[in-house]
Amino acid sequence: MAVDSFINWGLLALEPPGWGGVLLHGLLNSIQIAIGGYAFGLLLGVGGAFGKLYGGPILRDLMECYTTIVRAVPELVLILLLYYAGTDALNHVLGLIGIGTIDISGLAAGIFVIGVVQGAYSTEVLRGAIKAVPSGQIEAARAYGMSPFKVMTRVTLPAMLPYAIPGLSNLWLIATKDTALLAVVGFSELTLVTRQAAGATKAYILFFCAAGALYLTLTLVSNVFIKIVERHARRGFVEQS
Amino acid sequence: MTDTTTPDVTTHAMAILPEDLPTAGSFFKPHRIVLLLIAAVLVFCIVWFMRWDWLPQYLPRLGYGIIVTLAMLFSTSILGFLLAVPLGLVQVTGPWPLKALASGFCTIIRGTPLLLQLWLLYYGLGSVFPQFPAIRHSFLWPYLRESWPYGVAALTISFAAYEGEVMRGAFAGVPAGEIEAARAYGMSRWTLFRRIWLPRAIHRALPTLNGETVLQLKATPLVATITVIDVYAVISKVRQDTYITYEPLLLLALIYMCLTGILVVAFRTLENRIPTRGA
Repeated sequence: MAVDSFINWGLLALEPPGWGGVLLHGLLNSIQIAIGGYAFGLLLGVGGAFGKLYGGPILRDLMECYTTIVRAVPELVLILLLYYAGTDALNHVLGLIGIGTIDISGLAAGIFVIGVVQGAYSTEVLRGAIKAVPSGQIEAARAYGMSPFKVMTRVTLPAMLPYAIPGLSNLWLIATKDTALLAVVGFSELTLVTRQAAGATKAYILFFCAAGALYLTLTLVSNVFIKIVERHARRGFVEQS
Repeated sequence: MTDTTTPDVTTHAMAILPEDLPTAGSFFKPHRIVLLLIAAVLVFCIVWFMRWDWLPQYLPRLGYGIIVTLAMLFSTSILGFLLAVPLGLVQVTGPWPLKALASGFCTIIRGTPLLLQLWLLYYGLGSVFPQFPAIRHSFLWPYLRESWPYGVAALTISFAAYEGEVMRGAFAGVPAGEIEAARAYGMSRWTLFRRIWLPRAIHRALPTLNGETVLQLKATPLVATITVIDVYAVISKVRQDTYITYEPLLLLALIYMCLTGILVVAFRTLENRIPTRGA
């Protein structure tokens, strides 16, 4: 019995008697959330980093509170809080305007939650990277009479990219793994569907290993792309060792 | 050497470190008084207008949960670090099969979510063990029927893999001259490792150890998903019993912030005693 359940590869078949299709669909959901959350987090991170470096004292303190709370509270707790509070608050606001409540899709809520967590992390990474840009470059851009926005898009962001990429690529890997936490709030991403498949068939080890292989593949494929991006961003840099 | 600095940057982005703590002199500025007042009003509103009548009833259980969380944190960090030392060492100096094994282990553990590893151990191994009579009759069986050994195992493995990568960089980063000097003194390989290489590597790894430990604290609530009753599980129980959504979660966030704060302050005291920065 035990041996049978170990090697029953038919369970991984893509068609309904097997659960392979379900797992791949879960992986797709995970990737969607990871990409969405990461992009949202980057936006928040750029805003947060600029706020922290160039904002007024109050903005700076608020940003500090945001990053401190996210870095001190477990992701799982934040995800629960944001998941319930976020959907509740949105419905409350919509109710006040008079549109009435809407059903917020799990996907949108997941992207929002992962994005807020990632935003704090990338704020810190980007802040460090911007500080690594020689200040003379930014001052030169200002001396040319560029507007602050133009300084940001033409000088600060491109110049800080090589410093930020190692940290940002780590954050991408963390985002892909953090999507697993959404299993706790019942969003059917890879980890949760794996548990459902395993519970239905009792082939726990097979399914969890299969899901692990999928996550690992995602990480390794990401690593290849990260290497390419890194080489591209660091071209013209003296390799220091 | 970019390789050894990257985990440090990411850890800092994800976990509070002692250098983030404000000093008393820099903290009090005019605008902060206003901000503190607003924060005080906010806290007052939360205390006054939200429901906290459940709190006294669950207080003993919360204390017990906090102890479980801390026990999980410290036991897995210490065990994980003990595992991380050989993992790092083997990757720097071991024969190639061991090297490949250790780096493969680190890649696999770091490449998959902790929640998945936890569930693999708990549901996977937990369903396989009872099928072997030898295990069922061994002295370990009373423990293997509980859920906490699986939680400890998963958290230990994860900490070992992340910290093993740090230790690899630390072992590789010890200046070759120091090791050559030890060899020139005629130290045996074991003495060299015990007296020079290991202490220097640990010394170099200490700053990242702070961050990794804070990250480990942030990972402990996951064990609540396999029915270990830590502080997170107690709060979940409160939410199930009372149907209150936010208050327990806010309290939980506050508890974790306090735990993190205490941990970070403790590390700062430790760091002031052992000067590690710039080592």
